[in-house]
Amino acid sequence: MKSTRNLLRAAFQSILKNRMRSLLTSLGIIIGVSAVIVMVSVGQGSQKQIEDNINALGTNLLIAYPGSASSSGARMGAGTRVRFSFADVEKLKKEATLLSAVSPLVMSGGQVIGGGKNWSTIVYGVSTDYFQIREWQVEYGNFFTEKDVAAKRKVAILGKTVANELFPDQDPTGQDIRIRNVPFKVIGVLKAKGQSGMGQDQDDMILAPSTTVFYRLKGGRWVDMINASAVSINDMDAAKEEMAAILRVAHKIEYGQEDDFTVRSQTEITEAVTETSRTMTLLLGAIAAVSLVVGGIGIMNIMLVSVTERTREIGIRLSVGARASDIMIQFLTEAVVLSVSGGIIGILLSGAVIMILDKFTTIYTAVNPEIIFISFLFSAIVGIFFGFYPARKAAAMDPIAALRYE
Amino acid sequence: MKTIIEARQLSRIYRVGEIDVHALRGVDLTIAEGELVAIMGASGSGKSTLMNILGCLDRPTSGRYYLDGREVNSLTNNDYAAIRNEHIGFVFQVFNLLARTTALDNVMLPLFYDRSHRIQDPNTAAKEALRRVGLEDRMDHEPNQLSGGQQQRVAIARALVNRPSIILADEPTGNLDSRTSIEIMALFQELNDQGITIILVTHEQDIASYTRRIISMRDGQIIRDIAVPQPRRAAADLASLPPPETEMIKEVRP
Ligand SMILES: Nc1ncnc2c1ncn2[C@@H]1O[C@H](COP(=O)(O)OP(=O)(O)O)[C@@H](O)[C@H]1O
Ligand SMILES: [Mg+2]
Repeated sequence: MKSTRNLLRAAFQSILKNRMRSLLTSLGIIIGVSAVIVMVSVGQGSQKQIEDNINALGTNLLIAYPGSASSSGARMGAGTRVRFSFADVEKLKKEATLLSAVSPLVMSGGQVIGGGKNWSTIVYGVSTDYFQIREWQVEYGNFFTEKDVAAKRKVAILGKTVANELFPDQDPTGQDIRIRNVPFKVIGVLKAKGQSGMGQDQDDMILAPSTTVFYRLKGGRWVDMINASAVSINDMDAAKEEMAAILRVAHKIEYGQEDDFTVRSQTEITEAVTETSRTMTLLLGAIAAVSLVVGGIGIMNIMLVSVTERTREIGIRLSVGARASDIMIQFLTEAVVLSVSGGIIGILLSGAVIMILDKFTTIYTAVNPEIIFISFLFSAIVGIFFGFYPARKAAAMDPIAALRYE
Repeated sequence: MKTIIEARQLSRIYRVGEIDVHALRGVDLTIAEGELVAIMGASGSGKSTLMNILGCLDRPTSGRYYLDGREVNSLTNNDYAAIRNEHIGFVFQVFNLLARTTALDNVMLPLFYDRSHRIQDPNTAAKEALRRVGLEDRMDHEPNQLSGGQQQRVAIARALVNRPSIILADEPTGNLDSRTSIEIMALFQELNDQGITIILVTHEQDIASYTRRIISMRDGQIIRDIAVPQPRRAAADLASLPPPETEMIKEVRP
């Protein structure tokens, strides 16, 4: 054997002599590789979309929920549990050094009447810090002020969806509405944010001063959650710890006792949600990988037929001085060249499919160079693995028997 | 003259199911460098079996075989491959060219497996071999674009390309008409004149009469080994033959 170049040349010649068969042989690999890349890209795309959406909730977000991290949802829902109070919020604002904004969240579901229409939505009672924490902006009107909060004024800022439902095609600022029969004045409309990562409409809600919701709508019972912003993304963990420590003191929780609340950071929430979609991506990739293996079996199949068909060629090569190992390498090279070219075509095909998805559908894709490399490598390995048996069969032939083969 | 082939008590037994087929039964054979030998005998007498062993394509069941003074029985399969590549050129009845492969690429095939690196430029060597068989103008033709005689010439060029000392031809004219057969014999005589040892198998007394020694086989044994005192010259016979049939047909047509 003169050199690798000669070997590759011979492999290409033999492949080109049987174009149709070669294409059919590679087809399994082509489909397998492009399936892996497209599937994983779509999976990672939706993963990234979810991450983006959750990150859009607000930067450096920390959320305190009632109930311990280990407690079940059922216990959390039980009304007897300790909730947060305004005092907790005040204490956090006063003592925390790593929190730049803290807002209570008093939630109330309710029927809203306005503009002669009726809409069922959720009302969030918040402080002025909340606009900063969640990075809300107004489309019409203004945010309410700290004075409004202190005076428990019945003012409301409508989410875009609510505004559209009650006052289509107009600026509702200054209009009167009734939430659970309590009159409120609309002072602004929020800019739309769209769907959240979990598929919720983030604009289907109303913001009102926390005190107003607390006393006028819910009858002064408890604060449901506390939202806060850490001073910087790098201090998330410390800020979370500080927030928990202050709440622990406020709730008089002794050392070693279980917390009656949980603080979660933005990143943790993101991770929890993306974990699901990562599993999904893995599953998609695994299914596609199976098709790659099936493609490899296809290569083995056709190579086996090809070895039998080319028995006389093998005999001729042996008679002019080829070693068994030369025959082995020849067929192995052909298998690898077939699968690697299949891999390359598969990568190009997946590129085309992804481009079509991006252009003509709303499916989100994220192409990872790693997955391209891995699936390419995998196609080469498939070629070696499934080319080995036919190649060994070819190499084991007896020269005379091969020459006599009809 | 130097001995190039020496076989002592070669036997070859094929096992077919429960039965042993004795294809060779104690063959003794000595061939000197530069000989032109015909092996004759009925079908099944063991001619091909002997040729395959002499060509290192097969191994004897027992007996010793010395090639160019070297005992080859104990060599490995890879050594056998090297001997086939460097010392022996094989020519078959059915030509055995690679299909859909040009004459030039067919002739270059042995050089692809040449580990001795005696031949520097495969392309030039292959063209030279094709020139020696008179097919320099058919280099880019594939086997199905060539006549039987031309295909056999390509096969001979392939046997020549590695400059072997021995050419083994198993019924090289078996699939050719008589005129083409004589042309092939003329080529063998020419190559033999240049010093290459040639052993060929044939059924035809006519073909054997162009060689200098005729070995007859029966039932796996050599029964007769005679020298031909005055071999015929194929080139001279060709000159006295009528022109090729194709040209005669052309002349008859209006
Ligand atoms: N591969 C084989 N397996 C079994 N028997 C074989 C094989 N090759 C040849 N023979 C037998 O060996 C004998 C000699 O065969 P062969 O050398 O081909 O004869 P020839 O070439 O003179 O016609 C025959 O009887 C043939 O049937
Ligand atoms: Mg025979």
